[in-house]
Amino acid sequence: MQKSWWKILAVLLLLYTFTAGFLIQVPIIGNLYQTIRNLFFHVPMWFGQMILLLVSMIYSIRYLRSGNLADDIRAREFARTGIIFGVLGLVTGAIWATYTWGEPWSNDPKQIAVAIALLIYLAYFVLRNSMPDMDKRARVSSVYNIFAYFIYIPLIMILPRLVQSLHPGGEGVEGNPAMNGRDLDPTMRMIFWPAVIGWTLLGVWMTSLLIRISKLKEKKWIHA
Amino acid sequence: MRKLFFILMAFIFSVQQLFAQTPDEVSAMETNGKIYVVLAVCLTIFAGIVAYLIRIDRKLSKLEKQND
Repeated sequence: MQKSWWKILAVLLLLYTFTAGFLIQVPIIGNLYQTIRNLFFHVPMWFGQMILLLVSMIYSIRYLRSGNLADDIRAREFARTGIIFGVLGLVTGAIWATYTWGEPWSNDPKQIAVAIALLIYLAYFVLRNSMPDMDKRARVSSVYNIFAYFIYIPLIMILPRLVQSLHPGGEGVEGNPAMNGRDLDPTMRMIFWPAVIGWTLLGVWMTSLLIRISKLKEKKWIHA
Repeated sequence: MRKLFFILMAFIFSVQQLFAQTPDEVSAMETNGKIYVVLAVCLTIFAGIVAYLIRIDRKLSKLEKQND
């Protein structure tokens, strides 16, 4: 096993998240009651997911600059973990919504946007696999990946805030005030941000394993 | 790998011993709406996932060594 301090840090941060996340006193807001604790699990995982996809995009840019296929592999595997986190986020969100919004899928703008975004990222893999030529595949899919991230962030972070949304930040409808910054309880913040780092590092760990597998498999094509 | 498994099992059982108390006392597992039970379940799942990741990591390192 490749021993790294950040793998240990990931485990410690998540142990802290689970323990403190279950045991601290939380403010009772609206109809959330104890489900506000999902703010330590569902939301930080989404933050981690966005960071993983950001790293994927950065590796795509690096590939276009360097032409090094190893960078393309890194971009691909980060996108893969990003999709897995995304699906988990969608499912956990649906569970949470069932008991606070009344139904698992209420066509909330953020839910729809995220579903579209996941399709965009799945199309990234369809695109990749449609091209047998390795260099062409790497170049075209890198460009696509950069495009995908720049449509992803407005889709999930900006558009839902411009319309009525049940998610925090939306207009009109009384959404969950959770991540308002203004009224996020300070003790909750002490768990929230370590959780973001913990989930991100766990994702990086999983991705690093995928990258190492790919490198073993595709060794003959990589010159780095 | 087997050693790791035994250590894990020993850990789980020792934790259970920690919480197992005489019936007239209220054990930690019984307080606070039994939230500790949920915590124990989640921590066990998390421990399992981490152990699995470590195992894959080890296997990969071995493969990488063979390939060099």
